[in-house]
Amino acid sequence: MTFIRRLKRHLVVIAGLLTLGYLLLPNVVVTVFSFNDPKGRFNYAWQKFSTDAWTDPCGVADLCGSLGISLQIAAWATLGATVLGTMIAFALVRYRFRARGAVNSLIFLPMAMPEVVMAASLLTLFLNLGAQLGFWTILIAHIMFCLSFVVVAVKARVMSMDPRLEEAARDLYAGPVQTFVRVTLPIAAPGIAAGALLAFALSFDDFIITNFTAGSTVTFPMFVWGSAQRGTPVQINVIGTAMFVVAVLFVLAGMAVGNRRRRQKA
Amino acid sequence: MTKDHGGDVRLSGISKTYGSFTAVHPLDLTVPEGSFFALLGASGCGKTTTLRMIAGLEEPTSGTVHLGDQDVTALPPYKRPVNTVFQSYALFPHLDIFENVAFGLRRRGIRSVKKQVEEMLELVQLGEQARKKPHQLSGGQQQRVAVARALINQPRVLLLDEPLGALDLKLRRQMQLELKRIQTEVGITFIHVTHDQEEAMTMADTVAVMSAGRVEQLGSPTDLYENPHTTFVANFLGTSNLIEAEVDSTSGDDIVLTAGDGKLSLPGARCSAPTATGGRVLVGVRPEKISLTHADDAGDIPVGRNRITGRIAASSFIGVSTQYVVDASVCPEFEVYVQNIDRDPRLVPGAEVVLHWSPAHTFGLDAAQDIDAGVETVEEEQVA
Amino acid sequence: MATLTETDPPPPLPPSPLSPTAATSPTPPTKKPRRGRLVPYWLLLPGILWLIVFFALPMIYQASTSVQTGSLEEGYKVTWHFATYWDALSEYWPQFLRSVLYAGSATILCLLLGYPLAYLIAFRAGRWRNLILILVIAPFFTSFLIRTLAWKTILADGGPVVGALDALHVLDVTNWLGMTAGDRVLATPLAVVCGLTYNFLPFMILPLYTSLERIDGRLHEAAGDLYATPFTTFRKVTFPLSMPGVVSGTLLTFIPASGDYVNADLLGSTDTRMVGNVIQTQFLRILDYPTAAALSFILMAAILIMVTLYIRKSGTEDLV
Repeated sequence: MTFIRRLKRHLVVIAGLLTLGYLLLPNVVVTVFSFNDPKGRFNYAWQKFSTDAWTDPCGVADLCGSLGISLQIAAWATLGATVLGTMIAFALVRYRFRARGAVNSLIFLPMAMPEVVMAASLLTLFLNLGAQLGFWTILIAHIMFCLSFVVVAVKARVMSMDPRLEEAARDLYAGPVQTFVRVTLPIAAPGIAAGALLAFALSFDDFIITNFTAGSTVTFPMFVWGSAQRGTPVQINVIGTAMFVVAVLFVLAGMAVGNRRRRQKA
Repeated sequence: MTKDHGGDVRLSGISKTYGSFTAVHPLDLTVPEGSFFALLGASGCGKTTTLRMIAGLEEPTSGTVHLGDQDVTALPPYKRPVNTVFQSYALFPHLDIFENVAFGLRRRGIRSVKKQVEEMLELVQLGEQARKKPHQLSGGQQQRVAVARALINQPRVLLLDEPLGALDLKLRRQMQLELKRIQTEVGITFIHVTHDQEEAMTMADTVAVMSAGRVEQLGSPTDLYENPHTTFVANFLGTSNLIEAEVDSTSGDDIVLTAGDGKLSLPGARCSAPTATGGRVLVGVRPEKISLTHADDAGDIPVGRNRITGRIAASSFIGVSTQYVVDASVCPEFEVYVQNIDRDPRLVPGAEVVLHWSPAHTFGLDAAQDIDAGVETVEEEQVA
Repeated sequence: MATLTETDPPPPLPPSPLSPTAATSPTPPTKKPRRGRLVPYWLLLPGILWLIVFFALPMIYQASTSVQTGSLEEGYKVTWHFATYWDALSEYWPQFLRSVLYAGSATILCLLLGYPLAYLIAFRAGRWRNLILILVIAPFFTSFLIRTLAWKTILADGGPVVGALDALHVLDVTNWLGMTAGDRVLATPLAVVCGLTYNFLPFMILPLYTSLERIDGRLHEAAGDLYATPFTTFRKVTFPLSMPGVVSGTLLTFIPASGDYVNADLLGSTDTRMVGNVIQTQFLRILDYPTAAALSFILMAAILIMVTLYIRKSGTEDLV
């Protein structure tokens, strides 16, 4: 009786933790299999423990090259989308102008569109224009689909900003430029940073649109896709695991710094 | 603190309209240099808009703003020698207290700000908190930072927009005295916007009561309270009992009025309404000016006092005084506050009583006004 | 992620982009325009131009391509050949149907799986809240293709997962539903739905969490005080208040899932191909551009119509 009652009370916790397990299971598998020494070309079945792949992560042809291309594209796409998106967000929150509805739809639609549709239509454009597919076409596409997400993130932050803060700055002898640099921008910074991080993650991990616009350029997701047909090297798991660990450590460190700062000052 | 004899703040014909809505009707107002001036009114009466036009945050639709001899109407806020303490303070969340206070000095290109900022933080008793961020301070401390941040610039005028609205009652009392002290110390003109009549009366030398975009009456707190000119002022500042009456005759400086079957008398100087015989006037008296005598003792009441009979409808004991609601023939809910000196045990609900007061405490208002203007109702309280 | 390092205790998440309010109501600016009426246009110009040239214009090109005829060698001409649409639909309707079915099942599964976890984070996690949130977001940092490939290992024939499903007679049910075949899970619809569910689960959890987190915990107490059982409290108070999260979560899951071709390709077989796979193959391998463009256009139109109807319905009636 008490057991059942307890179970009932914690049912939602148990279900939630099971979902969390479902979410994390593939990462566990990826990590474990980064220490595998597979027979044959595919790394799907456990053979025996080995650290070979960890000691030689770039040991597979083109793998680290593709990683470099992905990082480069993600960095430029983040920069482009963040600058353009922040400008749009400020215009949307701070000004009244004609065609606001049209602008809003143009921002919203890329997020409501299956990637494959955007990918296919972009490819028709590039083919029609006779553009050379490669690094630049990928970058153009990535800036396009990251833009809306940056706008949303920055807009939320700017909207929640107390307009009195800028009035206070103007009241305290800051001209329009000074007000923007000294007050508006620093306060909007977390939103801009969130948008930039989102853009980086989206660009770095994008496969569907990249697949259509890449030509013969191979990004990291393209490399993984190709390897799923040809044979999956263990190094893929090494890189996947390393990215996971680095990102989690990064976030935990950020949280720790935040906590310490809060405790110091409180 | 150097005193800049810049002169008064003069608003001439200043108004503000948003589309078809008029927030402030053309208004003339002079705030003498060095005074503590309060703009008092309910929310939406145009007091904040007026303040923002002085600050330069709002462009007036018509009229001019002068500081002394200088016309500042066209100057943007960052070029006006005026600073504001904002409602909810608007402290920069990304800067610490020191940098918040130093902000204005730095924007004007002053390099060595340390000494000035530290002195200013001492003035508002926050020397210890210089390196904290705003959100780490209590409401009262944030409020003092906001004052320091504005005052350090030695503005000609300090504008305060509901600066105490976010504080609880006890802290508000404390800060009222604190602000008054600072104002006396630095001698700068303070223009204070508030909806709290008690706050305006304790702090300001001069109060302008605003309603629906117009100034209803301007004067010292005692003047406004003792001699209101409109029903709005009578009801908004404290409580007034208003009786509809008819002018019967004039005798010397006094006016004699008929209310119900009784006669009331009122000094002519205290009547802001036309006093032609037969005209209607609202006769007002404050609840604490009234004495309450049991009907059995009516003979003991001195002659020459205004009197009204009624029955006690309710009474509530609140310590320093007892507040009665009396159902009188001329006014269904007459409020009377009696100090708790000698309590008459017969004064309980249902008792027949005589209300009486000195004619000198009576005031007269134009009857062509809404008798309930400025009365705070429960619904208004909830919205605000 | 950056928001996690902020000083406020509960990490604010960026609002989900597909929440109906974000879509429909342009927020009125808090301020009146200042001097310089051209400023907003200059701010908008580069970004909006980018979206017009690389998002809107391609749609027009695609529409035009879909009514062209010709061949790769001789080139294509606009001949208003609308029959392409009819041909594409009559040939590929099974793939369209599958897309809707698989994406729909994955969305429902995401809601069923994601709600308890979002609820757990919002109300029951206490000091573990941030950690669990990080764990929900963290898989994003590993390429989704790598993680999807891991399902090949997890669902491998004769592996522990498949064995357990078999022993629990789950496979009997799914076989009967036509979701699996025999004692295999890999290369069946179930594997594809499972992969889709997995890939888009965080897109369900985060908006759900955001809207649950806004609910005042005292409402639960108030409901309990007013004689509601915990289940009634959930049904009458919690769930209705979380509707904005449910709406944007389902959209954020269904839309990308319906256009996905990665899961069907990696975890499925030729019998589980979705419309995304067809578009991909037509475009990149067979190079039949008109058919591919027509398919893509149909998918886009179908999604837009469904989303509009859904937002309108949930926005006006069910949201209250």
